[in-house]
Amino acid sequence: MIIEKFLNKWILFFLLLIPILGFVLEEPYYITLTTKVIILGIAGIGLNLALGYCGLISFGHAAFFGLGGYVTGILSFHALNSELMFSWPFTASGSSNMLVIWPIVIITSALLSFIIGVLSLRTTGVYFIMITLAFAQMLYFFAISWPNYGGEDGLSIYMRNSFPMVNTMDPITFYMICLFWLLLAVFISAKLINSSFGMAFQAIKQNEERVKSVGIETFKVKLLVFIISGTITGLAGSLYTDLNRFISPSVLNWQMSGEIMVFVILGGIARLYGPLVGAAFFIVLEQTLGGYTENWQFWLGLILILEILYVRSGILSLFEKKLKYEK
Amino acid sequence: MTSILFFEQLLNGVQFGTMLFLMSAGLTLIFGVMGLINLAHGSFYMIGAFSAALIAGLTGSFWLALLASLSGAAIAGVLIEIIIIRRLYRRDHLDQVLATFALILLLSEGVRWCFGAFPLFLDIPSNLNGTLPILDNLIYSKYRLFIILMGFLIAFGLYILITKTRLGVRIRAGQNDRQMISALGVDISKLYTIVFALGASLAGLAGAMIGAIQSVEVGMGEPILILAFVVIVIGGIGSIKGALIGSILVGVTDTIGRIFLPEVLKIFMEPSSATSVGSSIGSMLIYILMALILIIKPSGLFGKN
Amino acid sequence: MKKLTTTLAALILMSSTPLFAHGDKVKVGMITTLSGGGSGLGIDVRDGFMLAVKGNKNISVITKDDQRKPDIAVQLADKMIQSDKVDVLTGIIWSNLAMAVVPATVNQGKFYLSPNAGPSKLAGKGCHKNYFNVAWQNDNLHEAAGGYANSAGFKNSFILAPNYPAGKDALTGYKRYFKGSLAGEIYTKLGQKDYAAEIAQIRASGADSVFFFLPGGMGIGFMKQFSQSGIKLPVVGPAFSFDQGILKAVGEAALGVKNTSQWSKDIDNAANKKFVKDFKSEYGRLPSLYASQGYDTGKLLISAMSKAEIKNKDKFRDALRKADFESTRGKFSFDTNHHPIQDIYVREVIKEGKILTNKIVSVGLKNHSNAYVSECKM
Repeated sequence: MIIEKFLNKWILFFLLLIPILGFVLEEPYYITLTTKVIILGIAGIGLNLALGYCGLISFGHAAFFGLGGYVTGILSFHALNSELMFSWPFTASGSSNMLVIWPIVIITSALLSFIIGVLSLRTTGVYFIMITLAFAQMLYFFAISWPNYGGEDGLSIYMRNSFPMVNTMDPITFYMICLFWLLLAVFISAKLINSSFGMAFQAIKQNEERVKSVGIETFKVKLLVFIISGTITGLAGSLYTDLNRFISPSVLNWQMSGEIMVFVILGGIARLYGPLVGAAFFIVLEQTLGGYTENWQFWLGLILILEILYVRSGILSLFEKKLKYEK
Repeated sequence: MTSILFFEQLLNGVQFGTMLFLMSAGLTLIFGVMGLINLAHGSFYMIGAFSAALIAGLTGSFWLALLASLSGAAIAGVLIEIIIIRRLYRRDHLDQVLATFALILLLSEGVRWCFGAFPLFLDIPSNLNGTLPILDNLIYSKYRLFIILMGFLIAFGLYILITKTRLGVRIRAGQNDRQMISALGVDISKLYTIVFALGASLAGLAGAMIGAIQSVEVGMGEPILILAFVVIVIGGIGSIKGALIGSILVGVTDTIGRIFLPEVLKIFMEPSSATSVGSSIGSMLIYILMALILIIKPSGLFGKN
Repeated sequence: MKKLTTTLAALILMSSTPLFAHGDKVKVGMITTLSGGGSGLGIDVRDGFMLAVKGNKNISVITKDDQRKPDIAVQLADKMIQSDKVDVLTGIIWSNLAMAVVPATVNQGKFYLSPNAGPSKLAGKGCHKNYFNVAWQNDNLHEAAGGYANSAGFKNSFILAPNYPAGKDALTGYKRYFKGSLAGEIYTKLGQKDYAAEIAQIRASGADSVFFFLPGGMGIGFMKQFSQSGIKLPVVGPAFSFDQGILKAVGEAALGVKNTSQWSKDIDNAANKKFVKDFKSEYGRLPSLYASQGYDTGKLLISAMSKAEIKNKDKFRDALRKADFESTRGKFSFDTNHHPIQDIYVREVIKEGKILTNKIVSVGLKNHSNAYVSECKM
């Protein structure tokens, strides 16, 4: 645990170093790329709460990621065209202010996680994996064939949404906004894990029957974890739309759920910064291998398999072992 | 809409279902016996189709190609089981998901590397080309009838294998209690290799039979993999009977839904938006079906809880 | 920490990206699909483009794989514009990826030359002075198919396409020119490969002809199953399901089918002959429609570079607009919304020795532009 804290400090240090490096080397793309790592890391941190700490293996977190993305895109789209979103039962217009968008994203993601959670948490094991996938697939096919917001073509919003006083199109500014959300997500996760509620949901992962027997309503605990988890991932989706100034159904695809899950497992499940490290590892591999060969997916697959066969509990554990030897 | 047409669409649904069965039978067996979630099952479907296309291209014989699909996928299955999968049985589901997800990347890109980026050619044999009158006013594709027949033959064969043979006894024992059967002195790792290869070859056969009327290309396995998972979850994981009934249910629901929903909606709305909305709901239909079944029966239709 | 924040704030204020001058060298960023299922198209566009610019020392090309994912494509565009400082972007195959990348690119003052996708939004209201389409507007080939259907005397067509925007554009395009009635109209699931149910509907509908737009593996499946079904109706479709890369996989089922295309390997002009010969000797295979589009894109770029320096955006844009190059399609010019005016041919699938290929049988639409010109205000 102490070693992990030590590692986390290093990770933080790197996160602050990168914008400066990007600026000095005149490579703003490194900042953009790290922003992507952070956003996907936040999505993973959301999933990690349910999957890593509570044992709820959701194969449908793309649904929340995509919902957050679409809510952001749609609000901004209506603001751009100065059209009303709807006029019944009350009138609502779009917005391109992040401070307006975020609360709406949080509320809608929480609502969706509540609905999916209530229906899915009746099942366990592989059935839970598949029912969460089913809900995400429903949203995916809906988004593809819903013509108002572009269908499969997706929705372009041209400019990032605005934040008071700063220029969000500037890579470093947007990086800082995402970094803020990352730290908040980590902070919330850490607080939750160490609370008595956190003890309950981590105990459920170990042995749900025993938790039930001490009189805790495990269904409610699991539902709450699932909601928090979905909401954090939804917020990451919102940032992702802003990063790309674009949203399309491809982020609702099952491969997206798979990728978020891969980040979590790669970094090491039930570790605070695990998903971030996993996302960074994955994206750096993708970038470097893609530069060398067209068949980079072959090598990526190979490296992932070797990782899972020989490293076992995630990349972070690798550093831990090394540090132990050095000490 | 005539009743003949409805019946024909029903047959189409059953045919789609029997194909799904070949995929899901292997998947559910592998899960039932070894407790493995195999996302790479769709890759064997692809490998089967590519082996078949290769052999058909060399020899011109569809039947040799089918044989090649079975053996190609089985060989790939054995190799992959021995080199990689074997080490995953004791791991939790998460490691299995990640490793088999990585296998998809590796196998898809590997096949593309060997065969190139363009789809390959695989055709049905000429004596199965064309149609057959099966009722007054109803003619039906010979090849699709052949697929239905093959599907049911294999279902029957699996039934015999599992209930009447020594291997079947071991498989059933493995499904019930994994520790017990190794304690009884059964060579468990050989059994696992056999079951994995059996599942892979069934998927490969499906890939070749379907590849002949669709297309043989990289990435063909993933959409059907997701459907196969839907099937085994609906049927109850580990149950071959559940896989059969789930397959037919999914096949029929998908076919009937996507054809008749737009027709029904045309009663309420103008035709062009009815086709559009109808087909949107049509493509969501099997997922809605699956969610409904799981909400009512959380471990599928024939799953043991 | 406080000091750090102030430093960062200062850094942010200073970070306006400087524009680099390249002299008359042009840096091209090619974002296209090189891995996974649809990579055949991307590889052809890239190879065609590289053939056109081969040996030209003033053009440097950076190629990246978009994995057919729009978000990846946008990020690659950001990288090429921010870090590699490219002047021109090109390469995208799919309409949904183009919708993601093109607005972001042209709004940052870069040129985008589309070698394939031509969604209606980018031709009409969403047109932009820095966006040029060198292939076609998405509706074009379908419109020509509708025109051909009239001349072939079809009265009652059954039409189908996948349920996504390009599919809807396709059916709209066909209906815009087809004068007969519709026996049926079906939107299929995107990625669907089994058409037994749809073919049963076609058989029962009493149609006298079938029009379909099912790109990639979807079309392979449809054609094979349709020919096995024993239905003897004439089929017409855009070239995508009958092009060189895909014909081999469809097989004899495609023989005799009429399809519409702005290019064919037997178009009789010097540029095309040279292209087909060079492509064959360079890559050892017959070129496809996509390869010709990539090639023309490269030639267009070279023609503009000979007239103006890329530094002078307005002059360079004018030079592009003139389209003063020898197109493999023969006559080629841009309409006011920067989409081609060109002939669209009707081709028939034939067998040359053992190889399936296409030959031109007639001209479907002469000097054809697109329906969105009036909506475009540049």
